[in-house]
Amino acid sequence: MSRTNDTRRRLAAAVADRRVVAAVHLATWRKVDARAESFARLPHAEELRERAAQIRQHTLDHLPAYLEQFVGQVERRGGHVHFAADAAAACRIVCELATQRGLTLAVKSKSMTTEEIHLNAALEAAGVRVVETDLGEFIVQIDRDRPSHIITPIIHKDRRQVAEAMARELGCPYTEDPAELTRIARAHLRDIFRRCDLGITGVNFGVAETGTLCLVTNEGNGRMTVSRPRVHVALLGIEKIIPRLADLPVFLKMLARSSTGQPMGSYTTLVTGPRRPDDRDGPAELHVVLLDNGRSDILAGPMPEVLRCVRCGACLNACPAYRNVGGHAYHSVYPGPIGSLLSPLLYGAEHDALPRVSSLCGACGLVCPVKIDIPALLVRLRALTRDRQPALKRWMLRGWGWVMRRPWVYRLGQKTLRALLRDDGRGWARGGPGPLREWLCERDLPRPPARSFRRLWEEGLGNER
Amino acid sequence: MDVALFVTCLTDTFYPRVGEAVVRVLRHFGCRVHFPKRQTCCGQPAYNSGFHPEAAALIRRLVDVFHDAECIVTPSASCATMVRRHGPALLTDEAAAEMARQVAGRVHEFATFLRDRLHVDIGALVRFDKPVTFHYPCHAREVYTVDDLRRWLGNSEMVRTPARPDLCCGFGGLFAVEYPELSGAMLGDKLDELMRTGARLVVCNEAACTLQMAGGARRRGLPLQFKHLAEVLAESLGLMEPTP
Repeated sequence: MSRTNDTRRRLAAAVADRRVVAAVHLATWRKVDARAESFARLPHAEELRERAAQIRQHTLDHLPAYLEQFVGQVERRGGHVHFAADAAAACRIVCELATQRGLTLAVKSKSMTTEEIHLNAALEAAGVRVVETDLGEFIVQIDRDRPSHIITPIIHKDRRQVAEAMARELGCPYTEDPAELTRIARAHLRDIFRRCDLGITGVNFGVAETGTLCLVTNEGNGRMTVSRPRVHVALLGIEKIIPRLADLPVFLKMLARSSTGQPMGSYTTLVTGPRRPDDRDGPAELHVVLLDNGRSDILAGPMPEVLRCVRCGACLNACPAYRNVGGHAYHSVYPGPIGSLLSPLLYGAEHDALPRVSSLCGACGLVCPVKIDIPALLVRLRALTRDRQPALKRWMLRGWGWVMRRPWVYRLGQKTLRALLRDDGRGWARGGPGPLREWLCERDLPRPPARSFRRLWEEGLGNER
Repeated sequence: MDVALFVTCLTDTFYPRVGEAVVRVLRHFGCRVHFPKRQTCCGQPAYNSGFHPEAAALIRRLVDVFHDAECIVTPSASCATMVRRHGPALLTDEAAAEMARQVAGRVHEFATFLRDRLHVDIGALVRFDKPVTFHYPCHAREVYTVDDLRRWLGNSEMVRTPARPDLCCGFGGLFAVEYPELSGAMLGDKLDELMRTGARLVVCNEAACTLQMAGGARRRGLPLQFKHLAEVLAESLGLMEPTP
């Protein structure tokens, strides 16, 4: 019971935080509308979604072969590839790369995979200063907060909170003007970029055919992160592979449209190997860290299609539950509908409640650019963990099933329900036992009328013509 | 045409008037309506909660209750989807699954049955004497579209289409009682959306959504009234007295 209760308490607290809820409403609706408009303007949008889904599924179905090809190509171009079985291994690899080379100042471009393994904390502990260069992540970092959305990390903050954090942490004059705040952050980050010696990025798509790493950003910080420092470390989940360079346009067309409604991200960066002798910039060393951290298990499990996800965040924006709580309430790096699948699959039973934090309205599945049937998978995950549900719930559902298999008991149940619900004098319930109490927290409940439909039928409706 | 009514447990218990309206409208268009008395629930609450053996037992039962009906009509698109799509998939025994598929193929949602089998132009028959808006139930997606529902309300200028007609009401089965605060917040968004249309009458063809929205409106003191399309039709055709 406690896990459900903890989750309920957490969600209730999030719902009550009107400031966050208002900010999340505003941002998600804006993105939902922008996405819908941009898809309406995109010719053959449905065919592209289908194609994207097929490519991702095909890749997953042949992942070992494509990974081998990817690794071979990265190495052929002078990059180094490291395999990390779990978060600890990945952190160790990156920290050792830094410490062995005496690197002390790392710039990072936005990456959920590094959030997943808590890389910043590990690097700081190893004596490497890490600076986030995506504006949203930068604000999260200076405000000692956590991202609450996989694309828009500060979706939960309003302008005032950003202004306060910047003034407090950077010592700049207080301003709520977004352009001015951006200018201040940019000036601050330029100095860091000048001095940094390690660049850390995630990867949106790793191309098996060429070993190319594709990064999509809106601020150009990804490009600075891979060109300025001496060493570039790219971390990606093993599922982030696509077969060919020719597949990339399909995803570039879908990714930003799904995220924000933009036709494309402002900056699309393709990295193929470290700096070559005739290159004007780029890192001397390129290290690619392939992270498993539970992904092989998902691939071998009952719903491998979850790994098609390209982390666009469209399902978060579309979700009416996410919209009313924001990302922190999910207590996982990956919130929202896709997070409610990924978190329990990646991290296990502590996230069992998440697949149940959904009305199964299906808005997520409709916008997924790789056509993951999220609501169906949420139901499947509920089924797989039903034995870990509270005993009371299991017994009640079993009892309910027993009643529904016996029409006369069902009928008695209708009468009992009516009897249990005391009338408030106007045909509505004044109170009730068990789950009815929870119902009555938020809404009224009509008393069932004295005559059910079947009684109407028996008392004459059935004999009329 | 002989029609077996699958009234659904929620309509039977909470909204008998909707069942009565369905019967009267079907009869009006020449159907002989039967009510197999052993029917109870399609198992949807158990299915959605992941309690699939419990849901399978109820689907097996429902197939047995309706196996000899040539046409099965239900006022709920979500229950129709439960029987048509999820039912057969739940049964592991191939003979039972085949039987379930046969019955599933004969299950029709009320409005689509009128349109597709009886060729009724619903939109031409409904009458509204006050502004009306509507709620599109999420689980109607495999049965009818937002545009279908909008069309069934006719060309009257009384119809006010919400900006987001398919916004979820936040019910979600056991979700409503497991996470009531979140379900209630989603409900609040939905009610705001309906109130913004200015209409006070809401057509909603899903008993579960109505239970959630009508209960929420009353708790918040909002003057919203909810009706199933069958009730609107029965009243428009003079088959039932309009409710005040």
